[in-house]
Amino acid sequence: MEYAVKPGIYFWSGNDALAEGAIFAGCRFFAGYPITPSNEVSERLSWRLPQVGGIFVQMEDEIGSIVAIIGASWGGLKAMTATSGPGFSLMMENIGLAIMMEVPIVVANIQRGGPSTGLPTMIGMGDVQQARWGTHGPHEIIAVSPSTVQECFDLTITAFNLAEKFRTPVIILMDEGLSHLYERVRVPEPKDVIIINRKMAKDPDGYLPYLPDKDLIPPMAPVGEGFRIQTTGLTHDERGYPAVNAEAHNRLIKRLIDKIRKRKNEIIDYQKYRMDDAEVVVVSYGSAARSAKQAVDMAREEGLKVGLLRLKTIWPFPDELIYSVAQKVKAFVVAEINEGQITREVERAAKGEAEAHWVGNYGGRWIYPEEIVDKIMEVI
Amino acid sequence: MSTGELHPMDKYLRRDRLPHIWCPGCGMGIIMNAFGRAIELLGIDPKKVVVVSGIGCAGRASGYWGFDGFHTTHGRPIPFAMGLKLARPDLHVCVISGDGDLLAIGGNHFIHAARRNVDILVILVNNFNYGMTGGQVGPTTPERARTTTTPYGNYAEPPFNAVWLAASSGAVYVARWTVYHVRQLVKSIMTAFQMRGFRVIEVISTCPTDFGRRNRMPDPLDNLMYLREHAVVKKNPDPKEAEIRWGEKFIIGEFVRIEGRETYGDRVRKLIEIAQRRM
Repeated sequence: MEYAVKPGIYFWSGNDALAEGAIFAGCRFFAGYPITPSNEVSERLSWRLPQVGGIFVQMEDEIGSIVAIIGASWGGLKAMTATSGPGFSLMMENIGLAIMMEVPIVVANIQRGGPSTGLPTMIGMGDVQQARWGTHGPHEIIAVSPSTVQECFDLTITAFNLAEKFRTPVIILMDEGLSHLYERVRVPEPKDVIIINRKMAKDPDGYLPYLPDKDLIPPMAPVGEGFRIQTTGLTHDERGYPAVNAEAHNRLIKRLIDKIRKRKNEIIDYQKYRMDDAEVVVVSYGSAARSAKQAVDMAREEGLKVGLLRLKTIWPFPDELIYSVAQKVKAFVVAEINEGQITREVERAAKGEAEAHWVGNYGGRWIYPEEIVDKIMEVI
Repeated sequence: MSTGELHPMDKYLRRDRLPHIWCPGCGMGIIMNAFGRAIELLGIDPKKVVVVSGIGCAGRASGYWGFDGFHTTHGRPIPFAMGLKLARPDLHVCVISGDGDLLAIGGNHFIHAARRNVDILVILVNNFNYGMTGGQVGPTTPERARTTTTPYGNYAEPPFNAVWLAASSGAVYVARWTVYHVRQLVKSIMTAFQMRGFRVIEVISTCPTDFGRRNRMPDPLDNLMYLREHAVVKKNPDPKEAEIRWGEKFIIGEFVRIEGRETYGDRVRKLIEIAQRRM
């Protein structure tokens, strides 16, 4: 067979791996706008997508980019965009459209220092809460966060699978550090990887675009086949017709939240490292987790009982996991390159069973492992 | 709701959505009728017609048609339609939306879709103001006209000449009609349906509730009469001449008609062939 991505060992940057992961997952439509540090994703896809029969479009702005991928996804193609902070901000409204219309799309945000133009070429992880709450209105969101170049490949496939499975936008929260880091990546045989495709409606007779199955997810209909699709960003009923009233709104939003929240155990992914007898657990994700791992090893050499809980998915947040760990440990140290956006989540989820201490900086450089060790010594 | 066939266009509509939200005297009914009639006269398979719209009064069109309908965000029907059309080149992808949606908040997408010659048909409904939100000044409001945000008259905001904008950005079909000129409008929509590429039909519409009421035309009929008295049909008109000044005659007709120009989809598919040959 002909491979979309040939199995083997590669030496790729995080951005390369993300692009190849998208192709492996079946992405055949990309629309984006140039922005550092995400450019290698679009550059690679402009080269690679046409080879596999896919479409690459460089749009006039980030708003057009995300809307074009929503349109293409309705057209039956797995679709993605990639951007960074300023572009991510511009995409917020239409992340809400994809939530409301229930359209599978993947949005990769290669985070840099912000707010505003901030640090275009330097690391930042300050868009974590924006990914969660950036679009207006109550909603649930899914976000993955790779820490290695291999994971840039693997978690991009996961992102597409989750988007297709839950009919919802999925965000890849990467960062500049990882985007330009080169590592060894193993591309598996396609038969060894599960690829999920959206559930499709088969019969146009009596089809209601927003009548959910038992899993709370309505099957998607193909355009142009007589299904009389009707969809809107307005609050709508099962027919897809606007239903601008409190009852319809509460029913719809509850389902959109529940379809993800009730099955979050199928989404949440993490790695425990040296946690068995730990008194202090470092929680980290993304590039910061690389420093955190080294810090744990350094602290262990000093005889300190420290472990690492590395989050591979950020949203939905693993509340129950944090709470169960909190009952066993003295404190959490949360390492992140922002002002403590996940620290507050850990604090909330721990419900007072263990303290959560932030260590990090506001962007522009990696966290030094020594800084994390110092914080561990302070709280242990 | 009564059950009999009330109107020849009913077969294309979602009758269970009626009554619609448009005001008495709104031009949207005429535009809907013309669009449906063009499809009927051409014998186009309604399953293959897609209507994408943005936000605003005209943006509600997608919801009343029985075709596959996509009611997107404000200003964004064109990039949505572009993504859909690239994924599904077999469909007739049409955008029906207003002047505020397509020329103000969505202006960037409008000119770039024209530049690319994206293969979509755009019905640009121009009612000179933002009707849905209460009649504010828009990118097409004539100078001196009164709106809810130009209480002294529009002295600050010069309007776009939408025809010239579309033509100079690369649209292959540009026409302007009014809701008074129904026959020409139907014919023009039929012509546009049979062409490929970025096609724009500006339809000057009526908004007695908001625009008319504040500009001495509270009666719906006065709004239509204004269009009858001021619109002048011209053969092979120059897009530059298409500006609209309040109280003066303005030109309607077919401004641009270019056959055979490669569409964006054609180019993208050619690119895929080139890339695959070089592998």
